[in-house]
Amino acid sequence: MSSLLRGVSRAYAFFRKPALDAELEAEIAAHLEMAIEENLQRGMTPLEARRQALVQFGGMNLAKDQHREARGLMTLDILLQDLRYTFRTLSRDRGFTLVAVLILALGIGANIAVFSVVNTLLLRPLPFPNAQQLLWIAPPPTKCGLSCATYSTDAYDEFRTYSHVYQDVTGYFAFSGPGNLALNMGGAPVPATSIDVIANFFQVLGVQPAVGRGFRPEDGNNGAAPVVVISDAWWRRQFNADPNIVGKAFDMNGTQTTVIGVLPKTFDFGAVFSPGAKIDAITPLNLYGPPRDWGNIITLIGRTKPGVTLAQAKSDAVGAAPHMCWNNKQPGTCGTYAEKNGEGGVVPVSLKDYVSGKLHRSLVVLWSAVGMILLIACVNLSNLLLARAAARSKEFAMRGALGASRLRIVRQLLTESLVLSFSGAALGLGLAYMLIVWLAHQGAIALPLLSTLHMDGAVLAWTLLIAVTAAVLFGLAPGLRMADGNLQEALKDSGLGSGQSRKHDRLRSILVVSEVALACVLLVGAGLLLRSFLHVLEVDLGFQPERAAAIKVDYNDNVPNDKDGSLTVARRGAIFQNVLSRISALPGVEAAGISDYLPLGQNRAWGTPWIKGVKRPDKNPGSPLVYVISPGYLRAMGTRIRGRDFTWDDGPKSQNVVMIDKAFASYLANFAHWPNNDAVGQLLVDTNTNGPARIIGVVDDVHEESTEGETGWQIYYSALQASPSSAQLVIRTTLPPASLAGSVLGTLREINPKQTAAEFKPIQVLVNHANSSRQFFMLLVAAFAALGLLLAALGIYGVISYSVTQRTQEIGIRMALGATMAQVQRSVLGKTLRLALVGIATGAFVSLLVSRTITALLFSITPQDPITFTAMFVLIGSIALLAGYVPARRASRINPMVALRNR
Amino acid sequence: MGDSKLDLLQGTLDLMVLQTLAAIGTQHGYGIARRIEQASGDEVLLNQGTIYASLVRLQQRGWIDAEWGTSDNNRKAKFYSITRSGREQLEKDAAYWQRLSDVMGRVLAMSPEGNL
Repeated sequence: MSSLLRGVSRAYAFFRKPALDAELEAEIAAHLEMAIEENLQRGMTPLEARRQALVQFGGMNLAKDQHREARGLMTLDILLQDLRYTFRTLSRDRGFTLVAVLILALGIGANIAVFSVVNTLLLRPLPFPNAQQLLWIAPPPTKCGLSCATYSTDAYDEFRTYSHVYQDVTGYFAFSGPGNLALNMGGAPVPATSIDVIANFFQVLGVQPAVGRGFRPEDGNNGAAPVVVISDAWWRRQFNADPNIVGKAFDMNGTQTTVIGVLPKTFDFGAVFSPGAKIDAITPLNLYGPPRDWGNIITLIGRTKPGVTLAQAKSDAVGAAPHMCWNNKQPGTCGTYAEKNGEGGVVPVSLKDYVSGKLHRSLVVLWSAVGMILLIACVNLSNLLLARAAARSKEFAMRGALGASRLRIVRQLLTESLVLSFSGAALGLGLAYMLIVWLAHQGAIALPLLSTLHMDGAVLAWTLLIAVTAAVLFGLAPGLRMADGNLQEALKDSGLGSGQSRKHDRLRSILVVSEVALACVLLVGAGLLLRSFLHVLEVDLGFQPERAAAIKVDYNDNVPNDKDGSLTVARRGAIFQNVLSRISALPGVEAAGISDYLPLGQNRAWGTPWIKGVKRPDKNPGSPLVYVISPGYLRAMGTRIRGRDFTWDDGPKSQNVVMIDKAFASYLANFAHWPNNDAVGQLLVDTNTNGPARIIGVVDDVHEESTEGETGWQIYYSALQASPSSAQLVIRTTLPPASLAGSVLGTLREINPKQTAAEFKPIQVLVNHANSSRQFFMLLVAAFAALGLLLAALGIYGVISYSVTQRTQEIGIRMALGATMAQVQRSVLGKTLRLALVGIATGAFVSLLVSRTITALLFSITPQDPITFTAMFVLIGSIALLAGYVPARRASRINPMVALRNR
Repeated sequence: MGDSKLDLLQGTLDLMVLQTLAAIGTQHGYGIARRIEQASGDEVLLNQGTIYASLVRLQQRGWIDAEWGTSDNNRKAKFYSITRSGREQLEKDAAYWQRLSDVMGRVLAMSPEGNL
């Protein structure tokens, strides 16, 4: 009890130091006066009385110190002392402080930024309540793109009925393309992107609109009044954050649509479900309207009942799958989802896994890379501190001699490390903050949840943790080394070439070697990723993105009372032909064409066409992706055709024609007996045309889903023989694509005043978007490797430079005895090279061990790629030599006379 | 730094202060110091200043109270008095010292041959 009381009063006393000091002074003053008075009464002279009083009192300062020690918190007092001392010494040594804080800021800042990314993508749950209950339900990936990754509306209903582990199941229409919504507010229509979701979408995710309401089941019914919920970003951008927007109706795609709600800022559909895309509006999907007959269109998301495990959900899905029909009016299609390969076609995975699971490995690699940067930074700091320690060894020996305990000296040094580390962390936090804000606004990077990136408590806690860890890491070795110092030796040591400094030297060499080794590992990793990235850029995509661009064309080919659809086709043909001839006439346009889907964007499949007169295999091999195109499209994309392109004569009344890609052609050739295995001129059945279609051309395989994945199969239909779902105008130009944006849009407007101000997108942008996540990781790791290299170079420079300074005299003597400048340089460079080589050898060994872990991130190189390894070793070797050359040059310029005199 | 010596001294001084206050009631720092010197027959060479560390320690433990007041000859001084828990502590410590000094006495009275 009394010890608790004492602790409290001690802490209290610490914060009332000045007042208590004053009180003590008054008490002592009273004491002395009483003593003097008594002495005077004994008959002493005033002077003698005072002297005697002081003698009896004893050491004044000792008494005060004892008093303070007894009443207050000595630890805190010492800490304050140490802090004051640290700030004094650090501000005296500005150069050192600046370099140290900068190194730490870079190292810690990189760690904070990467931690925020890792935290957002990997550690934190998705931004939904009870996000662990959310499952993504999809077939395993197959060779027919989105059409095989989605379900029909019938299948959705049946899954909802026959699965038992879910509170509810929802989904969204997976085939909405960017710019599918035209907002007409007078003037040119504004393009926006909307997604159709099943009416219970927000309830299942647990998202509450910030203003207004979400959807009700009846909003998706036939004949329901059109309603829309808009995103926070669109509300601000397009509607100036109108607080009274709910209830207002706007002309969207020609229909008066009422805004019923605004989504909260925290919910960004694109960030979760389609990284890199901006989704402005969300509309209810009419499950029982036309979408009924559109086949596979819905992705499923379920919220499980509390406590349901993934394994339970999986076996539940296996049970529900046989009940699911592609179209329940066709009994033959029931149970088809269950058949798809071994796992079945209905596989739940956690939504989080679906969203960020693929990035797991990349993020771990990134995290390790920044961890290594921090290590290198710490080693570097350790090295700097050791050099400083060497210079200060006498100061500490002196303090030891004057009675400072070893603990006290280590504590002083650790305080110094902590001050450096926290200054670095503060600056690093600033740097990381800027980086994070910048990253959160990189819409072009196809990483999920990037826009939700922000600093939070976890990030700050992490910062604190690494700041302290770093301080201990880089401060402890020099601290112990210093406190360990032999008193006499340090005091005797002249600082030049004697025992103590040589020991320092060895420790510093070891540190530099480990620094080089770490940098080496980082560089090899970065080199492997860089080479992979370059390989990805070199992939033949099947089209040429340079100097091509696309823009969405709005058109209306609707003809009322068109019985067999021929009038509609004729009208579409006339529109397309007009558009293409006007656009082709623009200066700089080399070729122009229209397709409904673009590669690396959305896709769909319409079953698997087959060779006429040949039996199909029992097992479905997958389906080609479908593109409905105009004549000239493939030329505009730069895709080569063997055979002929479509013409405007390939219309509804003439022979049905298709083009297929090489891979599909050669697959079909396995079953057909075609002359020379040539598909051109052969007939296919089960195409999306009336009757068999003749293959008129075989075209290059196009990377339609990803730049680095395998290509699937493609089939091209004429826009006059099949219905396109939209029109993307692609032009190939001799000029920079962007320079044509104005004239192309202007021409489209002249043709159709309702044309939206759609984005004019260079095809290269689509490719870059597809590569953006790889590029993002590659650039980050490369940046970290460069930083590591710089730090390692600094480390080498520091050690060599220090040893040259120490050996100034020795070098002077050598030169006086006839050593040439070249010899001196060689000896210094030799030392550098030895350090570098040991570091590189260690690094190479470690790299070989760890590079295997990033195999999955590499593209068409092995993790032991000899070119990368050699290149990186040469790079780090030359940087090391460069770092050593500067001091070597200085050494060779030493004037022997000056060096010898300067003792 | 000779910590152990200081500890013993501290303990001793604290006990002396408690006893002094128990014996003479309320007193200021100078008075306590003088009193201890007199009681010990000036055998203890007390650095009077060290008494203040002892006083603050005892005060923090709640064994003594302090209050500013006026001395006999109208001088402002801080007056200390022993508390109830201080008296209890004094009893305990005094008994302990008594036992220790008895034991020490017996031990030091041992004759070289080992028989009493």
